[in-house]
Amino acid sequence: MTVFSYSAFSQNPNTFNISGNFQFDAQYYLEDSLIGAPVVPEKILSNGFGNLNFNYGNFNAGLRYESYLNPLLGFDPRYKGSGITYRFASYTVNDLEVTIGNFYDQFGSGMIFRSYEERTLGIDNAMDGIRLKYKPTSGVILKGFIGEQRSYFEKGPGIVRGFDGEISLSEAIKSLAEAKTRVTIGAGVISKYQKDENPIYVYPENVLSYSPRISIYRGRYNFNAEYGYKYNDPSLVNSTFEYPQGIYKPGQALYLDGTYTKRGVGITLASKFIDNMDFRSDRNATGNNLTLGYLPALTKQQTYRLATLYPYATQTNGEVGFQGDVFYKFKKGSALGGKRGTGISLNYSNAFSIDKTPVDNEDGYTAKFYGIGDEKYFEEVNVEVTKKMSKKLKMIFTYIYTVYNKDVVQGLSGFGTIYSHIGVAEGQYKIDNNNSIRFEFQHLYTEQDMQSWAMALVEYTISPHWFFAVFDEYNYGNDEVKKRIHYPNVSTGYTKGANRIALSYGKQREGLLCVGGVCRNVPASNGFSISVTSSF
Amino acid sequence: MKKGLLLLFAGILTCQLAVAQGKTIPSVDLKTLEGQAENTNNIRNDGSPMIISFWATWCKPCINELNAINDMYEDMVEETGVRLVAISIDDSRTVSKVAPFINGQDWEFDVFLDTNGDLKRAMNVNFVPHTFLINGDREVISQHTSYAPGDEIKLFEMVKKAAKGEPAHD
Repeated sequence: MTVFSYSAFSQNPNTFNISGNFQFDAQYYLEDSLIGAPVVPEKILSNGFGNLNFNYGNFNAGLRYESYLNPLLGFDPRYKGSGITYRFASYTVNDLEVTIGNFYDQFGSGMIFRSYEERTLGIDNAMDGIRLKYKPTSGVILKGFIGEQRSYFEKGPGIVRGFDGEISLSEAIKSLAEAKTRVTIGAGVISKYQKDENPIYVYPENVLSYSPRISIYRGRYNFNAEYGYKYNDPSLVNSTFEYPQGIYKPGQALYLDGTYTKRGVGITLASKFIDNMDFRSDRNATGNNLTLGYLPALTKQQTYRLATLYPYATQTNGEVGFQGDVFYKFKKGSALGGKRGTGISLNYSNAFSIDKTPVDNEDGYTAKFYGIGDEKYFEEVNVEVTKKMSKKLKMIFTYIYTVYNKDVVQGLSGFGTIYSHIGVAEGQYKIDNNNSIRFEFQHLYTEQDMQSWAMALVEYTISPHWFFAVFDEYNYGNDEVKKRIHYPNVSTGYTKGANRIALSYGKQREGLLCVGGVCRNVPASNGFSISVTSSF
Repeated sequence: MKKGLLLLFAGILTCQLAVAQGKTIPSVDLKTLEGQAENTNNIRNDGSPMIISFWATWCKPCINELNAINDMYEDMVEETGVRLVAISIDDSRTVSKVAPFINGQDWEFDVFLDTNGDLKRAMNVNFVPHTFLINGDREVISQHTSYAPGDEIKLFEMVKKAAKGEPAHD
């Protein structure tokens, strides 16, 4: 009898784990008509969430509680309230993973399906249903799901079904195991169903889209291609003046990229063509709500404050663009490398309208495949040089030239195209092993829009716990003298392990607020803010 | 028969409650820089400690932290046998820049891609940088968010303790 308990003891290596995280952001808004800050009747707005995760061997479960009382400015007001917005259970047995409840997933690059969260941006299009993931053999992954999609505290009206298969040929086929060229092919299919409740127009209730893809790796080279096709999907997003119900034209997109990498050098070239590929589980949804496809901007992700004044956003109804990047490190001791080596990164990107020809039926228009239209939406050149000046000082110099069609990109009128030059000098000075100071000087020159800006930031950190920062943005060049405003801000924070608290006070200009690399659009504001984050 | 079953049940219960051991690394599928699937269960270091650091090409403090660790990496490996694994959360917008960027930086450690944030979510990461210290039994013994220059020195001290099997916390 004691033998039973002994064998039970040695056969069970699993432990029960509980983990989770928490984040809370609150702001106290002061009135400030000078910067155009909206009046906030509640005075204090806050967003908070907490996740709990349970794990026992191959079994996982979790849930998330969110609370917006009321949501911070810059977040969709439909986020109002509190509740459990995410809950799931999953287990894996014999290469089959079953998930019930909420889940996130992506097919390929996400062109026809990406369900993901970006909490600080207010993006969350989680699925709610059943997902199966099966690996029948090495190198083969099959995924299938059926579900509804999250829309703030509710679910969207659509039902989404999807299937994706991916094969890594060198892993699946034994004869290719030692091949120098590694190829992965995949294809995904998404079908969405939404009832047609419109008395006037006939909408397709089932819309199908598919997307094959291929990735090739050989030594220093990598090539990726992904094509997407969507059957007729008239919606609010692709509606036109002539066809307010939406157009019946199918959509397609093609994404290509190639990279070359070697020690000290990296080069990428990418291109994309998009024709009517906005894809959602609700034909009446807009903005970040109920999106199925993910079509990111093919431009550099900026983090310097003034560089976020004119951010590009993908025109899902149609655009064609190119991007190139070069990363290079000049060796220590070489002419351009200097004593400690110098790094340089170059980036170029552009986006244009597609070549459309209007037609006299519900298709709306026809477009030449990969045809470049007459209108330039965006163009940018980035040059960044990083140099270690001494043992304690590292400098980063950046130049950015941007051509920005504000009317098209932001859906406005009267702003035209903005041409701007930005220069940034950033320095990191290590005082000793515990204290360091970082500073930034930024300048934006343009003759359009709000004219020129200057920005300065100083940040002092004491490892491992403290930081203090002060910065100011000044619209000194504005043609309207009363709009030559300063936006000063002071902040401090304390970190211990995975707990962090940060406080700040000051003015925030309207536009893209990037904190820790994540950006969201915010209106102008003046006040105190607090941010608490924790993980266990 | 009944007594046997009772003992069996007691045995199972005992080992389940037996030890609130450290959290293990969750089992999640990532991708290598060559586009192949790799489950975190295969990310091992033969009983020596590991550092798992979440980063992105657009996260400057992350790059500063990884550069600082890279400068000491050779010494760290020699002294402790530690393995640094950097997990990129770059999504499809910036993931094609990860390999060229790394080669431009000259990093000597392994990088894996977590493009839809699956591992980030499973390890309860809110924002990057977020770095975990894993002991020889693949358990999380310490974690740290944000980066201030000088943090890497404290990390090295904790790695040394972890390599000896001593407890280490921030």
